[in-house]
Amino acid sequence: MVEQNLRFRSDEPVGDPAVTVDAFADQSNATAVRIEPGDDARALLPHLDRLALVEVNFPTYGDGRGYSAARILREHGYAGELRAVGDVLIDQLSHMRRCGFDSFAPDQPISAEAADKALATWPEVYQKTVDGRPAIWAKRHSA
Amino acid sequence: MYQYDSYDQAMVDARVAEFRDQVERRLAGDITEDQFKPLRLKNGLYLQLHAYMLRVAVPYGTLNSTQMRMLGDIADKYDRGYGHFTTRQNIQYNWIKLSDAPDILADLASVEMHAIQTSGNCIRNTTSDQFAGAAADELVDPRPYAELLRQWSTFHPEFDYLPRKFKIAMIGSETDRAAMKLHDIGIQLVRNDAGEIGCKFYVGGGMGRTPMIAPVIGDFVPPLQMISYLEACLRVYNRYGRRDNKYKARIKILVHEIGADEYRRQVEEEFAHILTLNLEPPPAELERIKGFFEQPGFEAGLSDDLDLSDPDFALWVDQNTHAHKQAGYTIVTISLKPAGGIPGDATADQIRLMADLAKEHSFDELRVTHAQNIVLPHVKKADLYALWQKLDEAGLATANLDLISDIIACPGLDYCALANARSIPVAQKISARFADLGRQRELGELKLKISGCINACGHHHAGHIGILGVDRKGVENYQLLLGGSEGADTSLASITGPGFSEDGIVDAVEKATDVYLAQRADGERFVDTFRRIGMAPFKEAIYAKEPVNG
Amino acid sequence: MKIITGNDLRTGDVIWWTGEGWSRHVNDAVEAGDHADAIIARENAKQIVTDTHVVDAEQTADGVRPAHIKERVRALGPTVRLDLSLKPADPDAGNWVI
Repeated sequence: MVEQNLRFRSDEPVGDPAVTVDAFADQSNATAVRIEPGDDARALLPHLDRLALVEVNFPTYGDGRGYSAARILREHGYAGELRAVGDVLIDQLSHMRRCGFDSFAPDQPISAEAADKALATWPEVYQKTVDGRPAIWAKRHSA
Repeated sequence: MYQYDSYDQAMVDARVAEFRDQVERRLAGDITEDQFKPLRLKNGLYLQLHAYMLRVAVPYGTLNSTQMRMLGDIADKYDRGYGHFTTRQNIQYNWIKLSDAPDILADLASVEMHAIQTSGNCIRNTTSDQFAGAAADELVDPRPYAELLRQWSTFHPEFDYLPRKFKIAMIGSETDRAAMKLHDIGIQLVRNDAGEIGCKFYVGGGMGRTPMIAPVIGDFVPPLQMISYLEACLRVYNRYGRRDNKYKARIKILVHEIGADEYRRQVEEEFAHILTLNLEPPPAELERIKGFFEQPGFEAGLSDDLDLSDPDFALWVDQNTHAHKQAGYTIVTISLKPAGGIPGDATADQIRLMADLAKEHSFDELRVTHAQNIVLPHVKKADLYALWQKLDEAGLATANLDLISDIIACPGLDYCALANARSIPVAQKISARFADLGRQRELGELKLKISGCINACGHHHAGHIGILGVDRKGVENYQLLLGGSEGADTSLASITGPGFSEDGIVDAVEKATDVYLAQRADGERFVDTFRRIGMAPFKEAIYAKEPVNG
Repeated sequence: MKIITGNDLRTGDVIWWTGEGWSRHVNDAVEAGDHADAIIARENAKQIVTDTHVVDAEQTADGVRPAHIKERVRALGPTVRLDLSLKPADPDAGNWVI
């Protein structure tokens, strides 16, 4: 298991080792899985109820497939821990939170203070995603 | 024009603060260049051959006079007194100091402008028809939809690290003036038989090293599902676009490799899912935005008559104005292509003058065109002569729109770190060779486009005549292409054969125009003749051995 | 010869390694010898220069001439705006580039 560095959940962290997406399909007792950039997150959709931890690996910060993977899982109701792992930089935290990540295990540790500052960067957001924040258009037209 | 509310302003202000912090961290040595580079690129700040270059977004090519004036002031205050209007309707400054960049962004934010997402592998500034809201042939004003798109694409959290950059163009006329089919996504607003508006989605076009014309993916997407459809198009691309090879990473390669039908199937599947999430701004938001694009207070019942007794004025009117939807008004295109000049460059004084003229004569509006010119969209014909005289005094009345000297050229090796050869000197020599306006008009519409490398920022694939600069063993060499076009008759140009030296390419262009003049049928443009007679006669003339006298 | 170039981090100016520091003039550039990598690593660590790299050049009667046209454009400035180049008074300065 990867040592998590930042966590925005109050439940107990899962101790199980994360298995690959391929291995997960054959292991009915696994509760943690790790998505690599080329994996199709939709393969996990039938099993969301037994998952407690999904790690999404970012081997390089510029490979943005993990953002879609995270959002797809949340859009389909996954409520467990969603952890970004790897080349996760401070300037990406805000977007990652918006796509549903709620824990981070960056290769280079990020302090809680720096993370709080980064996450406070955007006072508003233009899009509705999976983080529950109302989009600007919703605020403009709230009764 | 659209005006920011406190939400929009808060977003650009937050961006300025964020970038100021990032620049401070870099200058203090807290972050490395490798970490900083993607951050500065997201703010349009490149390191080019001589200095940092800042690319400022001009959303869908639309500016008011206050914004235009600020662009001139920035050129004086932070740069060397000029700016360069680009083929994506943006403006670039060539001599920027990193330490000044946050202040420039703050100045831009003070007039509701920014440099957000003008570089990087994200959704870039949306381009549009420079005649939007003015053109006589317009079906639907695309600007409200483009503004909706601007807001949706700004800091989109899922699509900030795409396989490659992503360019969207949006039009609402029959005539495509935005090269829509040569974009990652081109959206054309159309009406069906019932009069309802729909979005026709062309996906997977582009230039670069593998030029492709976009196929239709969505026939008639309801405007109130446009954002959801875009989410679907982008999500399929983000997940399956190639990331192993940057030259195969654009969406055109994905659509080409899996086929338009399979791409459409995947988009439709994703679209069906996304529609369940209610991501779409409500109709009231589109209506709110439309409210900013009401037509200005045109005077009714004006005459379309013009006194054309001044022959220079008459030429300019014939060449550089277009039909306006309102009687008594016209659309003026100010050419930034004087003979021997640098295509798209304007001095700070010229920029401010154009701002003043827009305020006085065009309901405070200007547009930037992808052909690197400036448009005053709503000019009263009664004011036209006075306007022309002021432009003429400032060297801005070149009557060459869409003629051979109205050249599109990228900055090339004079400025750009990616270039293999210089573009601007070639443009200068060609416009000097054809400086005689009578000769240019005899040649008629002839779109000549020059790129200094295979990335095709100068749109050479879409030129009736295209020129591509290459590096041949350390020496600049220029390839000639013929038969490209953008718009309704979009086609990709073909290469004639071996390349030329800088002077040789000017001769080759002249020979190609000679073939056209000798072979054209009535009413044919250069590109029409090329399409009819094919490459062979051109090739024969261009590569003919000079006769030996004696 | 091998010379080292880069850009001033703060201003973006093109600069050349002189053996002791950085100059805007390519003629001040010196042979980097076998130590180029070490010099680049040391200078990068100071965080005052960026995009450092080694380029081929030759010593000519007129001074140091980078082997590649791109580096010569960098050394001079835009050939289409010689007024903004390092040789604003020389109308033929552009010929040195090609």
